Amino acid sequence: MAEFLQFLISGLTVGAVYALVALGFTLIYNASGVVNFAQGEFVMLGGMVTVFASAAGVPLPLAAVIAVVAAVVIGLLLHRFAIEPARGASAVTLIIITIGASILLRGLAAIVFDKQFHKLPGFTGETPIDILGAAVQPQSFWVLGGTAVVVVALYVFLEHTLLGKAVLATAANRLAARLVGINTTTIMALAFGGSAAIGAIAGILVTPITLTNYDVGTLLALKGFAAAMLGGMGNPLGAVVGGLLLGLLEAFGAGYLSSTYKDAFAFLVILIVLFAAPQGLFGRRAVERV
Amino acid sequence: MGALLNQRFVTLAVLAAVIAVLPLVFPSSYYFRVASLVWVSALAAIGLNILMGQAGQVSLGHAAFFGIGAYAVAIGPTHLGIPPWAALLIGAVLSAVLAYLVGRPILRLKGHYLAIATLGLGVLIALVISTESRWTGGPDGMPVERLTLFGWRVSGSYTWYWVTGALLLVGTWIALNLDETPTGRAFRALHDSEVAAQVVGVDVARFKLQAFVIAAVYASIAGSALAFMNGFINPDQAGFLHSVELVTIVVLGGLGSVVGSIVGAAVLVTLPQALTVFHEYEHLLLGLIIIVSMIFMRNGIVPSLSGLFLRRARS
Amino acid sequence: MTILKATDIGISFGGVKAVDGVSFTVSPGQILSIIGPNGAGKTTLFNIVSGIYAASRGTIHLADEDVTGLSPHKLAARGLSRTFQNLQIFQRMTACENVMVGRHLREKCSLLPALFRTTSVTRQNRETRAAALDLLVSVGLKDAADVPAGSLPYGACKRLEIARALAAEPRVLLLDEPAAGCNAVETEEIDHLIRQVADRGVAVVLVEHDMKLVMKISDRILVLERGRPLAEGTPREVRDDPRVLEAYLGQHGAREAARA
Repeated sequence: MAEFLQFLISGLTVGAVYALVALGFTLIYNASGVVNFAQGEFVMLGGMVTVFASAAGVPLPLAAVIAVVAAVVIGLLLHRFAIEPARGASAVTLIIITIGASILLRGLAAIVFDKQFHKLPGFTGETPIDILGAAVQPQSFWVLGGTAVVVVALYVFLEHTLLGKAVLATAANRLAARLVGINTTTIMALAFGGSAAIGAIAGILVTPITLTNYDVGTLLALKGFAAAMLGGMGNPLGAVVGGLLLGLLEAFGAGYLSSTYKDAFAFLVILIVLFAAPQGLFGRRAVERV
Repeated sequence: MGALLNQRFVTLAVLAAVIAVLPLVFPSSYYFRVASLVWVSALAAIGLNILMGQAGQVSLGHAAFFGIGAYAVAIGPTHLGIPPWAALLIGAVLSAVLAYLVGRPILRLKGHYLAIATLGLGVLIALVISTESRWTGGPDGMPVERLTLFGWRVSGSYTWYWVTGALLLVGTWIALNLDETPTGRAFRALHDSEVAAQVVGVDVARFKLQAFVIAAVYASIAGSALAFMNGFINPDQAGFLHSVELVTIVVLGGLGSVVGSIVGAAVLVTLPQALTVFHEYEHLLLGLIIIVSMIFMRNGIVPSLSGLFLRRARS
Repeated sequence: MTILKATDIGISFGGVKAVDGVSFTVSPGQILSIIGPNGAGKTTLFNIVSGIYAASRGTIHLADEDVTGLSPHKLAARGLSRTFQNLQIFQRMTACENVMVGRHLREKCSLLPALFRTTSVTRQNRETRAAALDLLVSVGLKDAADVPAGSLPYGACKRLEIARALAAEPRVLLLDEPAAGCNAVETEEIDHLIRQVADRGVAVVLVEHDMKLVMKISDRILVLERGRPLAEGTPREVRDDPRVLEAYLGQHGAREAARA
């Protein structure tokens, strides 16, 4: 029981991070149709900027804010100088541009920061809390709580603000959105900025548990992409569920089956799910119009 | 028709001439090595171009087949006593069989779903390679026995320059052959409109699978060649970043263009070598160059440039 | 003798019955037109008959064999060919190559000879190209043979699709608005072409909005409205059917039809 609970909580914690990355993916994908492989770099930036800012003497909360702002700026620059000029290019071309951006950002991080692993202190201490025999790091609650806050905030923004509805409209039909007077370029920039912020928050929350370096983004982007797919591309709720599911799968797979193949479970499950349901778990089946 | 036949001949002749002439201007064996790397990457890219450029199916896990070819010639002779040349063939057959088996379910998927499925497949195979260290030496990699053909020990960067160059020529010849055949046309047709291809009788699933298998075999043979040439192999060759590199070569050179795949390989393989003088700025510049060239030559280098020349010629 | 028989076809999308209880038959050499207002389910019916959509009910027989639910390429192999309302041409291939793909089923297509380009492959290629050029001549696209299809004007693409469909030497040909976007001269040419095809013994099913063409060319007409059959008969019967006049043609259409 204690063991099960241990796996459950660590699975949900990691899953929450995947969920945030997947949410970032979904936001950009919905607004622009771009699959952003640089999504993981936002997570890396969030962690790294916070680490270096707080090492420079900035208090942790302020360092975190600086990190989010820095990521948003990078996200906006990415949109303005890499995505916007390539408007209308094929999906594969756009994917390669974002991969180029991720190589660039990683290179930049290696220069501006360094290539070492870094850690942040837990926000509220590091003494494990005992829950029914499972030793849980207090930071896990920060990750889960933070993720919940982000998800709820995003939900409220999308469903209850005019700007949020403009995002949804753009996602549903870009041309129609433009026709009713929505500036879709602004919406896309907003999506890139928002998604960068979400990624950075994930990075800040999880760094006390998993450490960070300039290179953590790649695998996170892959897992986040997998989570978004698992839930059904373009579905924000699906992204969150897909992320949590992926985290749980990994934790239980590593715990009960094989820890060396921890990273394999995610992709094995993805393949099985896609073979059975080619549109992901929550994706709608589209009727091909000819 | 005559013109097309000619174009194929000219392409092959120019490529052969380039391979033959380059050694005259190479100042050191280092250049032979880099050029061999270009030939090997180009071979893998030409195969992937058949899948992506012709048949229009993306694969983000193609380095896995490269890795299978590479580890086949590493593991076969070392652990199982298989002659190196036979290990190369076994690797190619293994890649073809694997591509055939997983291709059927995977290629039913479209767009981003296909991308993530191939990506997943690639990551899985790379993980197996780096985890089963008893066989593969794990993340550190393993040495590869030299290739011997009829008692001739193939070694040295000069020799491998010619061997890989010859492989590339054969690979180019086959890819160009394919273009103007019912199979090649079926590939291009299903790329443009799957539904229209179906209603004229093209078994779309079968042809996607064929393209996938062909691309896998190209990658596998390229992988074997690289492993022989380096005398060493590590899991990075099967990893996600190498898959991305292959896709980038194909797209950068120009989707659908055989020459483009070779040019793309030349650019993407020599660039990091050239950028090493910038030391730590290497990756930053590489990323920047990829972004800028994809923005300004979104159809790829070769189609963009040839389009430019055609327009110049007309005006 | 009936070559294509659709019986009680129905399909719904998200609760909406797009096609509901439609039946028709067509014989070799006959031209059957399916007409109806936009959204009547004509194209959806075509998509079901050609195997692109799976019908939720009903059966389709081709040459007395039940072919319900067969995939499009298998139907093509049994002699069914079609064109599309919103063009589905192979944009990046030349016009000639488009038609050559249409010969796919008539070609031997094995991989190894293709990879090494044996002489038999080269010979077959030459034959296929010659056949494709003949078809391009018959639809008036001789000069466009080596032009990328993506750069052809709309009307030319329409005719290219017909040539491609004919290249398969079908027994049944489904034409979805072949004259859409064509001028009077081009429409005349298409009219001529369809008759020629039918005279060769091909069963033609035609969806078309150009009433003049439909009334002139059809042996029989099936009228659909909101997915359901409204009337069926000869052009004269349909033209005089008050339900059709009311539901579909309107006064303007009726006048137009009377003149044809």
